Amino acid sequence: MELTVHTRRDGVAVVRPTGRLDLVSAADLRQQLADLVAGGQRRLVVDLAAVPFIDSSGLGALIGGLKTARLAGGDLRIASPAPQARVILELTTLHRVLRPYATEGEALAGL
Amino acid sequence: MNVVIAPQSTTTPRWLRRLLPADAAARHALRLGLLRLVIGANLALGFWYLSWRYLHSVNWESWPLALALLAAETYSYLGAWLFGLTIWRLRRREAPPTLPEATVDVFITCYDEPVELVRETVRAALAIHTPHRTYVLDDGSSAAMRVMVEAEGADYIVRTAEWEGLQRHAKAGNLNNAILQTQGEFVLVLDADQVPAPEILDRTLGYFRDPQVAFVQTPQWFSNVPPGDPFGSQATLFYGPIQQGKDGWNAAFFCGSNAVLRREALLQLGITHYVRDLERRVRRALDAADRVLRSAEGHLARSGERSESDGERMRAAFSELRAAVHDAGDALRAGMPVQELTWAFQRRAAAVSRLLVQGDLARIRAELAETPGLDSADPEGSVAEALDDDRALTALTARDSSPLAAVGAVRALLLAVDVHRSDEAQPLMPLATISVTEDMATAMRLHALGWRSVYHHEVLARGLAPEDLRTALQQRLRWAQGTIQVLFRESPLTVRGLSLGQRLMYLATMWTYLSGFATVVYLAAPVLYLTLGWLPVRAYGGDFFLHLLPYLAVNQLQFVIVGWGRSTWRGQQYSLALFPVWIKAVTSGLGNVYFGRRLGFVVTPKTRPKTRPGMPWGLVRLQLVAMGLLAGAVLLKLARLAWGVDGDVLATGANVFWASYDILQLSVVIKAAAYRPVEVSETAVPNQGGAAGAAQRGVLAARRPAGA
Repeated sequence: MELTVHTRRDGVAVVRPTGRLDLVSAADLRQQLADLVAGGQRRLVVDLAAVPFIDSSGLGALIGGLKTARLAGGDLRIASPAPQARVILELTTLHRVLRPYATEGEALAGL
Repeated sequence: MNVVIAPQSTTTPRWLRRLLPADAAARHALRLGLLRLVIGANLALGFWYLSWRYLHSVNWESWPLALALLAAETYSYLGAWLFGLTIWRLRRREAPPTLPEATVDVFITCYDEPVELVRETVRAALAIHTPHRTYVLDDGSSAAMRVMVEAEGADYIVRTAEWEGLQRHAKAGNLNNAILQTQGEFVLVLDADQVPAPEILDRTLGYFRDPQVAFVQTPQWFSNVPPGDPFGSQATLFYGPIQQGKDGWNAAFFCGSNAVLRREALLQLGITHYVRDLERRVRRALDAADRVLRSAEGHLARSGERSESDGERMRAAFSELRAAVHDAGDALRAGMPVQELTWAFQRRAAAVSRLLVQGDLARIRAELAETPGLDSADPEGSVAEALDDDRALTALTARDSSPLAAVGAVRALLLAVDVHRSDEAQPLMPLATISVTEDMATAMRLHALGWRSVYHHEVLARGLAPEDLRTALQQRLRWAQGTIQVLFRESPLTVRGLSLGQRLMYLATMWTYLSGFATVVYLAAPVLYLTLGWLPVRAYGGDFFLHLLPYLAVNQLQFVIVGWGRSTWRGQQYSLALFPVWIKAVTSGLGNVYFGRRLGFVVTPKTRPKTRPGMPWGLVRLQLVAMGLLAGAVLLKLARLAWGVDGDVLATGANVFWASYDILQLSVVIKAAAYRPVEVSETAVPNQGGAAGAAQRGVLAARRPAGA
């Protein structure tokens, strides 16, 4: 999995992973998100447009990021999930915790 | 015209007919006796010649050429054995009385042929005497075709939705698709251009009284071949003595059209090969599984920092998975049904993945509990409780969302150790899909299962041969490629279940397609002697001619008797002249089987391209170059002889004769390339008498491609 981080002028960090978010890559993402928060960036948007597949460990990494950000007084939002990710979020009811925003712009609004 | 291949050939000269017995069976017995005599003589003389060549005549001074020529001659002699064995058992059959109660489906396969061409075939198929249903299997899925078929009153079949995005397997796939959608006990297969005679089923169904007969093949005969047959389209040797000979060994070939097949045999074949492929796939996957799992585990261990408990869970998961693989392998070796062992394996894999998912979910729950500010976001209750939902667990452990699928190789393993065939549109593929000549591969598999076959030597359908050189060459190339694919994918020498005779009959056909390499030697040898003086034999003296000439003479005599009044010369010419095609077929066929390269498969067009100005010399340039070299070498040598530069008259004579023979054989391509189709006159239609002949003329007139 590739990952780019773009820090906007308003301080929000936009994280764009590319590739499957699964057992192989989840630990990486979890670590990267923790590093960002530790580095002072507490408001995060994870753009899932280029993530075709998420499994339970991938969900775990996102929830882990949410916890870390909230504990630091910030927040984490996810944007533009692919169909498989949307289905998995709904089946696990985690969409009630991590609301899937349709676009990055919507996720950024009010963050 | 010598293209009529009905048993009562009108081409036999009257004086000869008067000499032959009037009774067909007696005539056949006489012919077979003569054939066996001449086959025996041919092989004996060939042995005498070849052993002299091996023991006394190799000229080691020109050893590369000498050895190449010896190899080519050995190849040809082995070919003579295979041919002789084929003809030895030439079998003549009388059609048994038909099966009145049989249910029959007539399949007309088409791709993108003109609608009007297919219409003629559909009408003729509907008019077949025996009750039947007629289906058009349209792989081109054209709206106009559907309209025509429904207007004529036939049924129309296209591929089902399952085929979308998967391998289509060309004509074999088209037939397999239709076989699973129809019910008749027997299936008559016709190419789009093969117009059946009304009695085609009456004449063939009777053979199925023998419950072991899987198919009855009839000849392919082309109604549009001009006098002289410039492209050698009428395969009179194949749809005649060769098929009759193979029939004698219970090894008649199924040739893709004009054949009736027993559905039960096809379905049994489909099921047998489904099970066999499945076991092979599962065994291969399990054999590789240990390595796959080890490397996947290593890969995961390196892929990021994990907590101690995560690492522990992962190790436990992989150790359980390895145990599951191990047990499945044991079960397979112990003969447990694949269905049971794959089910057990899939259940254990699901348990492993549940273990991993449960760990992840527990961690998610714990983290959610530590995350501030979630209560307001979740007015309906605790999210942690919602996570216990069975649905969540099921969704996350399903095979395609399981964490085990993280490594591609493990994902493939989980897919492979199952009875579902996710890479094919339908699990049952009755017609073999391992070759572009699915017919030969299918026949061989049927024979290997113990089914019998029949070749019925009577023209009961008339088709259209290619009308231009390019198309004719493409067709030959495809046949040759398909044969080479079968030879190297499912060699008749190793396939289980075939009798020795059947093995040899399949080998015989495959053997002929290797001739391109020998031909190069036969073309090069005289050129090298005439120009450079390379002599592959010690001397072209009396000894040489004493050994060679009787062999050559008897060999030609054999072809005369095999032909039995029909010329085999055109066929002989093409088998030599198409040497570049045969070589390309072998190299591309091998490339396909062993390196997965594409063959560049083309459907043989049934109509000739409308405009292609100029003569297609480029298609036969290698043959033209060979002829130029041969002629040049002869002239050069004769000039040197005239000037008295060198003087071996005997050797020169032999080589000039040899070169001339080569040129004569190759010259067929000039005729073919220069051929221009003319309007077919009514006289070109063979007089098969009565209504059939008249109908045929009408068909021909209707079938002229527009603008021709």
